[in-house]
Amino acid sequence: MSTAIGGMDAHLAQANVAEPEGEAAAEIQGRSPWQLAWGRLRQDRVAVGSAIVIFLVVLLAILAPLVAHLVGHGPGEQFPFTALNTYGLPVGPSRAFLFGADDLGRDVLVRVVYGARISLIAGVVASGLAVLVGGIVGMVAGYFGTVVDTALSRFMDVILSFPLLLFAIALVSIVGPSLTVTIAVIAFFSWAVVGRIIRGQTLSLREKEFVEAARSLGASDMRIMFVDILPNLVAPLIVYATLLIPASIVFEATLSFLGLGVVPPTPTWGNMLSDAESYYKVAWWFIIFPGGALLITTLAFNLLGDSVRDALDPRYARLFKA
Amino acid sequence: MAGFLVRRVLFGLLVLWIISVVVFVMFFIAPHDVARLLAGRQANQAEIEAIRRSLGLNRPILDQYLSWVWKLLHGDLGYSYRASVPVRYLLATRIPVTASLAFGAAIIWLVIGVGAGVLAAIRPRTIADRVVTFFALFFYSMPTFLLGLLLLFFAFFKLYTAGIHLFPGGGYVNLTQDPIGWADHLILPWFTLALVTAAVYSRLTRGTMLDVLGEDYIRTARSKGISEGRVIFRHALRSALTPVVTQFGIDLGTLLGGAIVTENVFGLPGLGQLAVQSILNQNLPVVIGIVILASFFIVVANIGVDFMYALLDPRVRLS
Repeated sequence: MSTAIGGMDAHLAQANVAEPEGEAAAEIQGRSPWQLAWGRLRQDRVAVGSAIVIFLVVLLAILAPLVAHLVGHGPGEQFPFTALNTYGLPVGPSRAFLFGADDLGRDVLVRVVYGARISLIAGVVASGLAVLVGGIVGMVAGYFGTVVDTALSRFMDVILSFPLLLFAIALVSIVGPSLTVTIAVIAFFSWAVVGRIIRGQTLSLREKEFVEAARSLGASDMRIMFVDILPNLVAPLIVYATLLIPASIVFEATLSFLGLGVVPPTPTWGNMLSDAESYYKVAWWFIIFPGGALLITTLAFNLLGDSVRDALDPRYARLFKA
Repeated sequence: MAGFLVRRVLFGLLVLWIISVVVFVMFFIAPHDVARLLAGRQANQAEIEAIRRSLGLNRPILDQYLSWVWKLLHGDLGYSYRASVPVRYLLATRIPVTASLAFGAAIIWLVIGVGAGVLAAIRPRTIADRVVTFFALFFYSMPTFLLGLLLLFFAFFKLYTAGIHLFPGGGYVNLTQDPIGWADHLILPWFTLALVTAAVYSRLTRGTMLDVLGEDYIRTARSKGISEGRVIFRHALRSALTPVVTQFGIDLGTLLGGAIVTENVFGLPGLGQLAVQSILNQNLPVVIGIVILASFFIVVANIGVDFMYALLDPRVRLS
């Protein structure tokens, strides 16, 4: 770990001096850049707030069966007599159905809670894959340079020149929609963005003295890349992972909305909003609840992502100062 | 400069070629059997064979690819499976709708996005900056289809039931038939697309403007006694716009190939709506046609951006 910190940029060390420290005034303690970043993040009210919101969404997603049990309605269970009125239209929010019912007489609250599972899985897994692939490809391209770099960079350029959503839905139409396909498609079309940035960072890290030192000690390329350079890329990788999660959640919801993501009867925010398209005139709760859940989640992740970036890289002026 | 542009055009052609190969592999070779798909569920083996022959699917793959590309280069995209019309005509009727949506929205998001970004940058850390930053992040987090649904619900439906018939709830009217109806049908889709996109532009403009305003030549301009408005708009904004131009080219190029989500929410008969319909109907020639056309727009937009870059920034010309 100490090699990792040794490579961190000098400005992080300088931030240590500028930081007023209350409790450590008597005894001066050395703090790692990670501790500093963590300290900054903890004092950021926006970051803490959005982290709490994300925690609650995750908790609800995990406890979805409990919610279903407490309410007494399963996510796919239909209640034709209590959830639909005499005209066959869904009933609005009430004591029995807190978020109202949908056109098939299902409980919207239970479905929103179950929908969180799909959104979070798609968001986290897809962005994790994208960061993994983009990180490795970007690092290899930036480290080796020359022909390897040219080939990989052009490859990323080509992927970024594709009409992404169009290709994604065309691909789904061939393979057939499912959660796995959705995640694979999102990851495939987002790794190049990460790759490009990591390539740029590696390109400048490669010239740093500590890399030169490692090389003169006889370290192999593999060792230099994964032991010396990679720890310095952890900060941007964390930032991109956090910012890619909401983007992936929106991508999944969009595919499901178009009927090409996760297909019914599995409840997702996207396919619930797709029902809203035909029912919003009689049932506003079709839009407000799944839409609200989706917006709150993406907003929380974006706010947290911004804060994480500010905390890890104090060079950037704070966008949201609480 | 000429060498730079020639390189970019060659790269654009390379991208188009790669996309043509990918599309060919995706639709003609990969997992499914096109002939079986076309023949329908009740077809017997002989019928499937007949279709396979008529499509030339029994020929060697390279042979098929070359003849497909040859037709493509002559603008022949084949026939739609549903309505027996050439794909080319089908696309031609959809382009004006998508273009109306894309260009209208582009004007709105440029004005709002760049305007808000400049406002936030010249008054950093003030209320104006906070408000702009908050709305930028809000709309940045907003999925396009959700904003569309919300606008339909509040600006169309709620107003309509309140007796105010301001906006229609979807559909399209030709510009040549009824210019006012055209704009009326497009206002909500324009704003849906524009607000979501403007968020990106205001963040981008704010960031680059802040960087540029800290440069020495801005201090020089101010010390010469030039008015602040002139410093901001003539000196700072001009160079701050370079990344905005790049983003604009990419966004416009992508949208011209179909504003998939917005068109579907508002029932606009553009390329994006046709794409989703054709995908759900397994209407392959149309899907392929749209993918190729959309890729073409993106590549052209990228070359356009490089050209603008070379015009705006002398350093690019020399490299």
